[in-house]
Amino acid sequence: MKLLRMINFSLRDAFKSVFRNFSLSLASITCITITLVIVAVSLILSANVENFSKKIREDVTMVVYVNNGATTEQVETIRQQIASLDNIATLDFKSKDMVKQEMQSSDEFLNSIMSEWSAEENPLKDTFLVTVKDIEKIKTTVTSIRSLENVNLVDYGEEMIDKLITVFKVIEKVSIGAVIALVAVTIFLIINTIKLTIYSRKREISIMRLVGASNFTIKNPFVFEGIILGLLGSILPVLAIIFGYNSVYTHFDGKAISPLITLIKPTPFVYYLSAIIVLMGIVVGMIGSYRAVKRYLKV
Amino acid sequence: MYMEFICINDVTKQYKNGVTAIYDLNLKIKKGDFAFIIGGSGSGKSTLIKMLYREEKPTRGEIVVGGLNVAKLRNSKVYKIRRKLGIVFQDYRLLPKSNVYENVAFALEVIGAKKTEIRTKTLKALELVGLKGKVRDYPDQLSGGEQQRVAIARAIVNSPKLLLCDEPTGNLDPEMSMEIMRVLENINKTLGTTIIMATHDKEIVNKMKKRVIVLKEGRLINDYEKGKYDDEAIKND
Ligand SMILES: Nc1ncnc2c1ncn2[C@@H]1O[C@H](COP(=O)(O)OP(=O)(O)OP(=O)(O)O)[C@@H](O)[C@H]1O
Ligand SMILES: [Mg+2]
Repeated sequence: MKLLRMINFSLRDAFKSVFRNFSLSLASITCITITLVIVAVSLILSANVENFSKKIREDVTMVVYVNNGATTEQVETIRQQIASLDNIATLDFKSKDMVKQEMQSSDEFLNSIMSEWSAEENPLKDTFLVTVKDIEKIKTTVTSIRSLENVNLVDYGEEMIDKLITVFKVIEKVSIGAVIALVAVTIFLIINTIKLTIYSRKREISIMRLVGASNFTIKNPFVFEGIILGLLGSILPVLAIIFGYNSVYTHFDGKAISPLITLIKPTPFVYYLSAIIVLMGIVVGMIGSYRAVKRYLKV
Repeated sequence: MYMEFICINDVTKQYKNGVTAIYDLNLKIKKGDFAFIIGGSGSGKSTLIKMLYREEKPTRGEIVVGGLNVAKLRNSKVYKIRRKLGIVFQDYRLLPKSNVYENVAFALEVIGAKKTEIRTKTLKALELVGLKGKVRDYPDQLSGGEQQRVAIARAIVNSPKLLLCDEPTGNLDPEMSMEIMRVLENINKTLGTTIIMATHDKEIVNKMKKRVIVLKEGRLINDYEKGKYDDEAIKND
């Protein structure tokens, strides 16, 4: 009961203080807001990057072309040799007839030309469609397959994948760095806000001490104040996440840059994200105020 | 157990800057006593009072207040002694943005008292100092004497056994000072609160005829029962 009363007292005090020093509070709330918005944006970015790079990695298919003259047995040997490699996830065979049929059915013009080819005249090649388990090791796999006998060509959109992987890695690193820097700046600002509150309430604190308030009671309002600042600072970022991401998602119809890259569905993604942001606001506010209290409230 | 309410044994206080404010002080004060501490400027009156409420720690010696060894109290435990006593200063130390009622209630709020308890105790304390009609006024709407009575009400609201006053009439004219003394005397008589008051005010000391403890340059030089202001002792040579 007594504890509850004290917490109630501290909370009331903390709220009063937030509004009494409103310009000051507003400054740190703004800072928390900016930080959290940027944190949210980088989280959205990296979550999506993580998401579609995973998709792309799963979807990357290399096409292995077999020499035209290869016999059925030789083709079978190639199949077994590829299958025995480490990094192979799936392996499908597509004969040149199947390729031909596919091409014919996809296009009128191709159809008219190809329909005149007999089975022996078909200049297309038998192919294997291969997907790998680990895209980072795709180069080794490609080299091994290339060195097989009767393999003509291995094609896997090399450059684009390499580029995407490096870009994703850079984005991830930059956003992690930005988040760390921003959190540090915000904590610093909260420490200073609470420090000023402590100074502006020196008289009150000394009277509290005089009439026998415990250290816990004296410190509590400031820690609560930090938490309240964090909470108030997370309101806008949460709204921005929920409405912003939803509208971005609808605007791009769930896709970004190319149809290959799909965005994460907003529900429940935005709610998880909001929870993380609110939690982060609270934690950052608490760390800041706790440090300020420790450093500037000599009781 | 100590028979006396306050026991000061061989206390010496040297400040960090090397100034020794109190030398080898031995003093006992009984429950319900009313004692003045007088002495010239810098004689150590405030230092003695500060040690009693553990604002300062004695460099040497022992101070026991109501069974609590104040000298040994750690910083985080200081609230224990503060809840046993009330303190009044020359400069009132009120919260300017809170009204009379809030100022007094504050002392109970911060120690976690119940709301109903806060209300009855606060009103009772304000009645005792004669300010029941001014509960909604703010400090800047009150005279110096009234502000000091608010401070006294705040000091006694938690029914402490001891009331420390450091020149409570220092900023008041003689008439208001006597008003404050009547309030303090009343508290001493009706509540049995032990009162220790440091003062410069000769007239008050002479009129009250209470115990007078005389300090000179940090040393106890006289201790009169029903004394009066000791001009001779105060005089600077
Ligand atoms: N915080 C402090 N640090 C260093 N020296 C101090 C401190 N407080 C008081 N002193 C010194 O201790 C001595 C006693 O001071 P104290 O304030 O106790 O005197 P006092 O009797 O209350 O004087 P006054 O009548 O002027 O209030 C003085 O020499 C003073 O300069
Ligand atoms: Mg003094």
